[in-house]
Amino acid sequence: MTTTSTVPRQTIEPSAARRTFVERWLVMIFLAPTVLGMALFTFLPIIGSLVLAFFRWDIISAPQFVGFANFASLAQDPTVRVSFLNTIVFVVVAVILQLGIALSLASMLQARMPAWLRVFLRSTFFFPLVLSAASVSIFMRYMFNEQFGVVNWLLSLVGIPAVPWLTSPTASAAVVVLVYVWQNFGFSFLLFLGALTNIPKELHEAASLDGATGWKQFSNVTLPLISPTVLVASVVAIISALQVFDQPYVLTNGGPGDSTRTAVMVIFESAFQQLEFGKASAIGLVLTVLILAVTALQFRLSRRFVFYQ
Amino acid sequence: MSSQTLHTGADKHPGSTTTSRPYRSRRPPAAGTVGTYAGLAMAAALTLGPVLWTLSTSLRTPSESFNLPPSFLPLNPDFTAYQEVFKQINVALLVLNSALVTGLIALGQMASATLAGYAFARLDFRGKNAIFSLVLATMMVPVQVTIVPVFMLIRGMGLSDTLLALILPAIPTAFGTFLMRQYFLGLPNDFAEAAALDGAGPWRIFRSVYVPLAVPGMAIVGILAFNFHWNEFFRPLILTISEQNFTLPLGLVTLQGNLGTGSISVVLAGVILSMLPALVVFIFGQRTLREGLTAGASK
Repeated sequence: MTTTSTVPRQTIEPSAARRTFVERWLVMIFLAPTVLGMALFTFLPIIGSLVLAFFRWDIISAPQFVGFANFASLAQDPTVRVSFLNTIVFVVVAVILQLGIALSLASMLQARMPAWLRVFLRSTFFFPLVLSAASVSIFMRYMFNEQFGVVNWLLSLVGIPAVPWLTSPTASAAVVVLVYVWQNFGFSFLLFLGALTNIPKELHEAASLDGATGWKQFSNVTLPLISPTVLVASVVAIISALQVFDQPYVLTNGGPGDSTRTAVMVIFESAFQQLEFGKASAIGLVLTVLILAVTALQFRLSRRFVFYQ
Repeated sequence: MSSQTLHTGADKHPGSTTTSRPYRSRRPPAAGTVGTYAGLAMAAALTLGPVLWTLSTSLRTPSESFNLPPSFLPLNPDFTAYQEVFKQINVALLVLNSALVTGLIALGQMASATLAGYAFARLDFRGKNAIFSLVLATMMVPVQVTIVPVFMLIRGMGLSDTLLALILPAIPTAFGTFLMRQYFLGLPNDFAEAAALDGAGPWRIFRSVYVPLAVPGMAIVGILAFNFHWNEFFRPLILTISEQNFTLPLGLVTLQGNLGTGSISVVLAGVILSMLPALVVFIFGQRTLREGLTAGASK
């Protein structure tokens, strides 16, 4: 078949051609599950949401084009308005608490202590993250029960009268925040712990020698060094808090009144209880725009305020 | 204590090795240090307290489980609630559904993310960066925005009220793909060159050289998927209708709705049972889970 003089050339070239051919097929096969899956279950639904937001549709009768009516109704519908307001208040309070607690605990864990204690504490603060928000809300709902709950029992020990945790508008909003923060502070804690552990100890020693200790050292040395992590932790916390659903759904189901109703709860109720799929899509799009705005803000802020080493 | 937990980053802190700073260990603890320990102890108590109360109350008899004073330590454990919860709801079926959904999503994510991650890291094709950006962009889209069209899509596919409705849409994973791409980028190129010299084709190089090396990365993807979907509530609430397709969190919330505050230890027994797999992951895969969770934020 082949003469010996052409062997090297012929064995390399067809195999190289074959290799690119095989690789081309391999690329398509390798990407197919992810890319086709995303096209079907993410991109197509996004387009669907964009279209649906301009229609009135209850799944049974034919969809009816209504222009911007769904968006306009968002501004007028008191439930939607109050739910967005609730969500924003929730995000602000929950994120500040979550980051504050996480950063304090991560800094405290830098104190001298036996290695086993450090591991134990880190595992403890991390633990709520592996539980389901639904389960946590189930047992917390019992704990915050007005008559028999353990929280009011503990308060009664120090002489505080029973708080109607789940039936007063303000207290129930506070419970949703507390339960959410209880479960999620561990995530920010892990981020801060990683960042604090990575600071070279020479920097702290140098600062101490220069007379900067305590709060001064924290605000002038530690905080600038971990500022990238603070920014990332804030953005992640804000984005997930904007989507809060499980806790208010199980704890209070949005009540009393609308006091703990969140944006995602209204999406759920509009679509699957009131069968107003267009309205639900419109609310979903507004929420997405909020999330994208937070992400965009992150990039702008990181260029300005974050100190990268 | 296992050797695994001893080799983590936080242990390298100067505080844990007193030998490096002998002059400090002789000092009496300052007021700030006492405050630090008090703060940590309080935070630990507030974190573990609710879990201990749940465990302890699940081990009280259903009729007196809501009596005061509450119980924080199961001194006289009573297992009636655990028998009762199996009578009230089909626990075995809920566990089976949750395990099937979670297991298949985890396997599907590991497979699809490994394949796509490898393609993005080590194969050349036109439009690679554009496609990868699109994949990453899906991380910005909250599930609540796509849920209505996904619900209709599932209906159109004839899959409504099936476990597949929960599994299929959860398999493509932007974060998993990102993680696996990073993992493959971190592996040296020499292996591929050596294998190619030995005559291995692109598939052999992937299957026999790089996949075995990527197992730790796949473990992160699998454990993250497990942790998220075992605990998932929003999608099952919408995509399943009949109780025979419920997953554990949904079944437990329904049980609480049915029983109210009557015999809370029965509900709490269910909650404790549902926590067991998460506890196993927590004990044996904590490090992997920590790495996965924090990798997402530092991308």
